[in-house]
Parts: sequence; C-alpha cells; structure tokens
Amino acid sequence: MTRYLIGRVLQALVVLFGVSVVVFGMLHILPGGPARAVLGPKATLVAIHTFEREYGLLKPLPVQYFDWLGQVFRGNLGFSYKLNQSVDTLLAANLPRTVALVGTAAVLAIMIALPLGVYQAVRRNKLDDYALTGASFLFYSMPTFLLGLILILLFTTVLGWFPANGPTGEVPLWDQLANMVLPIATLCLVTIALFSRYMRSATLENLVQDYVRTAQSKGVSPRRVLFVHVLRNALLPIVTLIGLSLPGILSGALVTESLFNYPGIGYLFWQAAQTDDFPVEIGVTLVVAVGVVLGSLLADILYAVLDPRVRYS
Amino acid sequence: MRFSTPGCATHETGAGSGPWELAVIEQQAQSPLLPGGSPADFSGGEVFESGRSTWRSMVEVFTSNRLAVLGLGIIVFFILFCWVGPIFYHTNQVQTDLFSANQGPSLSHLLGTDNVGYDTLGRLMAGGQTSLIVGVAAALLGTTMGVVWGAIAGYLGGIADAVMMRLVDALLAIPALFLLLFLASVVTPSVPLMIFIIAFVAWLVPARLVRAETLTLREREYVQAVRMMGGTGVRTVLRHIIPNTVGTIVVNATFQVADAILILAYLSYLGLGVPPPASNWGEMLSGGVNYVFAGYWWLIWPAGFCIVASVVAFNFVGDALRDAFEVRLQRR
Repeated sequence: MTRYLIGRVLQALVVLFGVSVVVFGMLHILPGGPARAVLGPKATLVAIHTFEREYGLLKPLPVQYFDWLGQVFRGNLGFSYKLNQSVDTLLAANLPRTVALVGTAAVLAIMIALPLGVYQAVRRNKLDDYALTGASFLFYSMPTFLLGLILILLFTTVLGWFPANGPTGEVPLWDQLANMVLPIATLCLVTIALFSRYMRSATLENLVQDYVRTAQSKGVSPRRVLFVHVLRNALLPIVTLIGLSLPGILSGALVTESLFNYPGIGYLFWQAAQTDDFPVEIGVTLVVAVGVVLGSLLADILYAVLDPRVRYS
Repeated sequence: MRFSTPGCATHETGAGSGPWELAVIEQQAQSPLLPGGSPADFSGGEVFESGRSTWRSMVEVFTSNRLAVLGLGIIVFFILFCWVGPIFYHTNQVQTDLFSANQGPSLSHLLGTDNVGYDTLGRLMAGGQTSLIVGVAAALLGTTMGVVWGAIAGYLGGIADAVMMRLVDALLAIPALFLLLFLASVVTPSVPLMIFIIAFVAWLVPARLVRAETLTLREREYVQAVRMMGGTGVRTVLRHIIPNTVGTIVVNATFQVADAILILAYLSYLGLGVPPPASNWGEMLSGGVNYVFAGYWWLIWPAGFCIVASVVAFNFVGDALRDAFEVRLQRR
C-alpha cells in the first residue's frame, strides 16, 4: 500500500511539473510575447524592451521558468492589467463559488446517476431502459448551453419557478439559492447522463460474474445479491470514473457559468479570453489543472483503499 | 483465444477496454452469429469455423444494430442536406439583407431569416458544411497525430515513453475548453486554424489508447520477428503496429468527430468561433440564444436539432463500430 501510494504521489508530482511547463509555455506562445500581450499592439519597441528587462523576460527561458515557479509557490499568480487586480484576489473571490457549483452538481449527479444505472442494468433491454439510455444519449450529445436554455425556457418562462440569471458576486451564495438552482441543474443533468451510462455497464459487467452465480446458488436473495455483492464491486470503477471526468465537468462548468453569468472561475476565464487578459487566463488554467491532478490522485488513493487488489499487485 | 496467430490481436490488447463479455451477451440476443465463446478451430490453417469472413460478420453485427443504421442514415442525410441541398434551394449567404431581418417562416424563406437577413434554411446548409468539415477534419488530424505519438512512445519505451506520455497527462489535466479558449484567444480563428486548434486537444486520448496497445503489441512474436529480420523501427511502427490498432483508432475517431462538432459549437457560443460571414451550426444556435425571449424559435431549434442529431448519430455509429470490432477480435 505504502509503495503504491508513494509511486502514485510521485507520478502526480511529475504530471504537476508537466502542467507547470505547459502553462509556462502558454505565456510564451502569446503573439509577440508576454510584453506585447500586456502593453498592447501600439506599444513602442522601447517600451516593450523596457518592460522585458524590468520583468526579467530577457533572461534564458529555464531561468525565467524557475523565477516564475518561485513566484507561483509564493502564491503570486500574476496581475490582471485589464481588471487592475491581482490574479490571487480574483481567484480567492471566484474559486469558492465554482467549487460550490461543481461540488453540488457532482454530488447530486452521483446520488441520482448510481441508482439510475443499477435500475437500468436490472431492467436491461426493456422499454424504460431504452428510454433512459435515449435520454442520457440526448443530454450527453447536447451542447450544455442549449440544455441550460431549455431549462430556462421551462422553469423561468413557462413555470416561473426560478430566476434565469445566476447569483451575483456581491451577496453571499446562500442568500440567493434560487439563482443557484438552474446552473446546478444544468451541470448536474450532463453529469448524470455520463455517470449513469457507466454505472449501467459496470453493474451489467458484474451481473454475469461467477460470484453472482455462486451467491445465487447458495440461496442468497436476489435483492441481497444486487445490493450487497454486485453493487459493491460495480461502485469501485465509478470512483476512478469520477476522478477521470473532473476535466469534463469543469469544462461544462465554464459553459454553464457563462450562460448564467455565474461569477466563478469559468466565467472569469471566459471574460479574460475575450479581453485578452492573459495573466488571468494563465492563472486560472494553472489552478484548474492542479485541481484536476489532485482530484485524480485522490480518486486513485480512494480506489486503493477500497479495493485490496490494487494494494497487493 | 489461447492461440495467437501472427498479425492477430486477441482481446487482451484491450481495444474496447470495456465490458466485452457484456457486449457478447447483449449481442447474442440480436445476432445468432456469435459462438458462445468457443475457441477458434485451428485445423489446416483454417482460422474461422465457418466460411464467413471476419469483415462480413463485422458488417452484420454493425447492421444488426438498428441505432447504428439510424446514425449512419442521419449522417448521410446531413451530407446530402449540406452539399446537395444548396443546389436546389438557392439563397444568398454572402450579402446581408437588413430589410428582411428576423422574419418568420414564409414561402420565400422556409425557415425564416436571422438578425441580418440571411435565410435560415440556406444558412443551415452552409453552416453545416463548416460544422461537418471541421468535425471530420479535426478528428482525422487529431487521431493521426495521436496514433503516431502513442505508437512511437509505446514502441520506444523507457525514458522517451515516460516523457512523451507525461506531456499527454499534463495536457489532459487542463480541461479541454480552457485550453481551447486560450488557443482561440491567442490566434484569430479561421476554419483551417479551428481544425488545428481542435485537433491539438483531440490527439491526447488516441495517443493514450494507442500507446497502451503498442505496449502489448511490441512484445508479440511477429513484431520481434520483423526486428530480427532487420526491419527498421519506422517500418515496424508504421506497417506492423499501427495497422493492428485500427479497431481502437476507428472507434475513437468516430467519437472524436462528435466531440469536435460539439467543441466548435462551444467555441462559437463563447464568442471565439469562426468569424462571419462563415457560419456553423454552433454559431447559428448561439446567435439564436439572444432571441430566445423574443420567440424567434426558427433561429434556435433547427440549429440545435442539427447539432444534437449529428452528434448523436456519430455516437451511435461509434458504439456500433466498437461492438463490430470486438467481434473481429473475438473471431481471431
């Protein structure tokens, strides 16, 4: 177990190093370099050169990389010249709201998708299984903003239950829960479509295993076979799946946040991409990628804790 | 399954990597041609127990899946709609006509006009061309890049493999839309650039899949035989390893097309798609979103339908191809 853990953590560290190199590379593929990106197209060559000397951009790239990494470790992710705030401040304000959105949607999706997948597996190739599979195909193939739009039309225009705009950044989130409903529902539905398909096939895969036949011939009740024997085994790969689908959920969060003007890091990133606010783009990308690496590390560790086969092989 | 003949991949290569026994069980209900896991009969060099070719049984499994046929039908329909449709339904998709903007469906404009007076039906055809071209081209380019990268990494092994795959891991850790938005904000998008940008994200998954398969293929006797006979590394990878990963590649490429169409729609919605007068379904849909409360339904639902239908179609075909290739693997 310890060896597995150490190996897995080391691997995560290597990937984190790779992420930092890629993000640092993003700084330097900007047209005209970082100085041009900050000072704009009209800046004179003298201004560009002064800026580059001031910020150490004339040093060799490896030196620049470690300077930059040192700043990141000190918690300095750069400064947004467009918003005139440090990227740290922006992240500190927006990140918790994205965590609230993604976390709530993911937890709800798991709570709904897992029973749904088991139900579909039990009722496989029956009418309701086909209907649910069709629905999940539909949600999965639909652009998230179209799904959000349909929810707005249904719950705001027709029923008038929830407001169409997301919460604002001025007031704490728990004071505007009604505004949270539609963004969470949008992200949740997409995630349910993904998870339930996997849960269905994971359950089906286990239903044909030998241990199920053994349990049945021992006289174990079908209910117990399903909920104790099969479910425990089928849930294992789902842990990994949740870790693996984190990037997809975060991409979905970006679209959801931009549709509902939800003030999270996805929205922040989107605004930055439109106004060429590269320090914000790069800071958000770094934080999101680190989150993904840590998330999948956590999922793998959890998997090893739950499944002894991983520990001993 | 215990035997492995030269040039053949057994299921242990993990092409589908999914619950293949499950697929067999589900298929048995629909098609009678799958033997219940009986091993291939090796008598006199005859690999298959019946005279049926692998190719034919793959086609049969594919066509016995009604959703796959439906998906293929939808794809053919959209190709005809986008390329043959404009021959019969002439519209001006270059000059705007502000005097007839936002009109509802009528005899002169079957699906109405958009906010600058383009005919919506004609624009669906023109925009569909872009969506489908970008989708297919990005998937092809991304898959090619990924296959070459993954095969080289898996074949070389050691440090080269580690470095190449950690780069893939690092890029995969950045959620696709963040990476795409950044790239799209750096360059001024055009259709060819869009293809490159989407391919830059699409190559990662095939690289991983092909690398995993190459690792097992590399140890096969026939690959070692090629090496012993003096085959170069390039020849081994191109002629002997990559052709054996074709199942994985084709299945994944089909899903990539679906993803690329969606990604193009997302980028257009987020304001970083292809600039006008070029259009695509995603751009039309996001333009229509602004008029959702005005009740201009013809600006939203037709484009939305085209995206969802084409993405669903490619996903159906991909699912069926995966089943079909599993048959191939099983019969060998």
